[in-house]
Amino acid sequence: MEPYRQETGKVATLDRANVDTDQIIPKQFLKRIERSGFGRFLFYDWRFLADGSLDPRFELNQSRFRGAAVLLTGSNFGCGSSREHAPWALLDYGFRTIIAPSFADIFYNNCFKNGMLPIRLPQQQVRDLFRRVREDPGYALTVNLENCTLRDDKGLNLEFPVESFRRHCLLEGLDEIGLTLRHEEKISRYEAARSA
Amino acid sequence: MDHPTGKSQARKEEQPADMPKTLFAKIWDDHVVHQEPGRPDLLYVDRHLVHEVTSPQAFEGLRQAGRRVRRADLTTATLDHNIPTVDQRLPIADLIARKQVETLRRNCREFGVTLYDLDSRNQGIVHVIGPELGLTRPGLTMVCGDSHTSTHGAFGALAFGIGTSEVEHVLATQCLIQSRPRTMRVHFSGRLSAGVTAKDVILYLIRTLGTDGAVGHVIEYAGPVVEGFSMEERMTLCNMSIEAGARAGMVAPDETTFEYLEGRPFVPRGKDYQEAVDRWRLLPSDPGAGFHREIELEVDALAPQVSWGTNPGMVVDVTGAIPDPETFDQEADRESGRRALDYMDLDPGMPVQEVGVDRVFIGSCTNSRIEDLRSAARIAQGRRVDDRVYAMVVPGSQRVKGQAEAEGLDRIFIEAGFDWRESGCSMCLGMNPDVLQPGQRCASTSNRNFEGRQGKGGRTHLVSPAMAAAAAIQGRFVDIRDWF
Repeated sequence: MEPYRQETGKVATLDRANVDTDQIIPKQFLKRIERSGFGRFLFYDWRFLADGSLDPRFELNQSRFRGAAVLLTGSNFGCGSSREHAPWALLDYGFRTIIAPSFADIFYNNCFKNGMLPIRLPQQQVRDLFRRVREDPGYALTVNLENCTLRDDKGLNLEFPVESFRRHCLLEGLDEIGLTLRHEEKISRYEAARSA
Repeated sequence: MDHPTGKSQARKEEQPADMPKTLFAKIWDDHVVHQEPGRPDLLYVDRHLVHEVTSPQAFEGLRQAGRRVRRADLTTATLDHNIPTVDQRLPIADLIARKQVETLRRNCREFGVTLYDLDSRNQGIVHVIGPELGLTRPGLTMVCGDSHTSTHGAFGALAFGIGTSEVEHVLATQCLIQSRPRTMRVHFSGRLSAGVTAKDVILYLIRTLGTDGAVGHVIEYAGPVVEGFSMEERMTLCNMSIEAGARAGMVAPDETTFEYLEGRPFVPRGKDYQEAVDRWRLLPSDPGAGFHREIELEVDALAPQVSWGTNPGMVVDVTGAIPDPETFDQEADRESGRRALDYMDLDPGMPVQEVGVDRVFIGSCTNSRIEDLRSAARIAQGRRVDDRVYAMVVPGSQRVKGQAEAEGLDRIFIEAGFDWRESGCSMCLGMNPDVLQPGQRCASTSNRNFEGRQGKGGRTHLVSPAMAAAAAIQGRFVDIRDWF
């Protein structure tokens, strides 16, 4: 997994609460057995019109958000289905950082497994960021995971919380399976004790 | 913790062993393989359920890393999500779906995992077959790459959904790195009216808590209503815990649980069964055990519930009307409400019982078990599906289907004009050909009413099996209590 240390990127907004993973990646794309290439299906039913062209009414389709790497959105983002295709699609599209007042548990967890950073900020700070993006086309943020700060070029400097173990794994790009296998002996002991 | 005065001192030395513990804590603590300060626990997984949609990339990950499935004997796979529910002996017409199905077959062969394939009597929706085979038992930790894994908590197991990376983690290590969630107890009191079901109770809870009301928590459902529920009703309740944002839902095991499990294929027999029951009796939360949150809900006068919008918290009484989003407190809710009404093509103030339906779906891991089918069949018996409605019944498993046919429920449905299908997830998520057409409105016993969930442009109203059957007959929503 690619380590996440410091990332600077343009911010795109999707100002909706309770965006579910069925919207992030609709079911017709879950039949694929690959892990890559889901970006073109991201928010498919919202992004595209029936004839396959981009729906100009959909917020993310604005040209100013082209190439964005940070997604700013509403509370309970990623609710519903556990499909990891949702973070795969967001990452493949270009979003490595997602900022929201809250996330659904499974989605939140899935992000870290893919080298992505979901950032929880208080509602008021999120609203302030929405305002900053509105007022400044091309608005960008620098996310520094080493000191857990968000900065823009206008003096914004926010701290964000992230559990230390998750932070450690992201910073180092660690393979969690490898970490767990270091406890192989303990796992075997546990199994032996239970079957005794 | 509140100890009776005078005893707290005497007990202090014995802590923590003597501290009252919740059902959740007992199971969690019993499964910790490794613990260190400031880190999540390494938790052992007793049972891993696998299906075709969330596993291919996990098996591929194992292959690339040269890893094996550590405990194939604790892993069980089936096909449920993308399979057709018409003649399942035919090759799957959708080539991408067929490839996914064949990939699971190949992975199970290569890694030695038991697969209940389409020709198996044990095939069905993962959350239906786990319990009916007795793979689900009290005190176990269970996971599956599916958010409705919370269903299995009905047995006093700790069961939760995981993503594909974690599926791979469990396949490789039989463990998961997990932060300990918080606990919430939801206590239901009162008596349900005839025709009001566990589905209505859970929809009412989600309506009350909101779709993120239980984020970060494991819910234990308690109180006389839950104690009086059958296992299948408890499964419906726990199933939709995720729709309130919860990590898992649980019910303390009791005589109802033990009676359900006795004699099931994977449940120990004879003396072993008795010993297991003795252990299971120790699981319920101790008196005085602390929860991070406690909620009491009175369900005495509860009406059948119907969802009106595009998330499972947008729910009203069947006797009510479509709400006016402009009356909501929060701007975010007003905005979601407006969007939902627009998508659902409904107007504020419209009585729910004037909302007509085009389709009815009875099925899904929420409501496709034998009691659900019996409940719907009681309504369908001797009546006819409205001419404007296409209604289908999709049993949750081959065993449920067999049982229903032995009881003649299939005849009742077919004579009433319902389509009787093979088992699978079907139109709960519409990964197979069972989908709504744009603009169609469906009364559905499933668990999610998200935009496009049952087909792009489709409009879903979540209800109980009896309410869905009645909507099929009348072509609109009715208060099922009037039929009892």
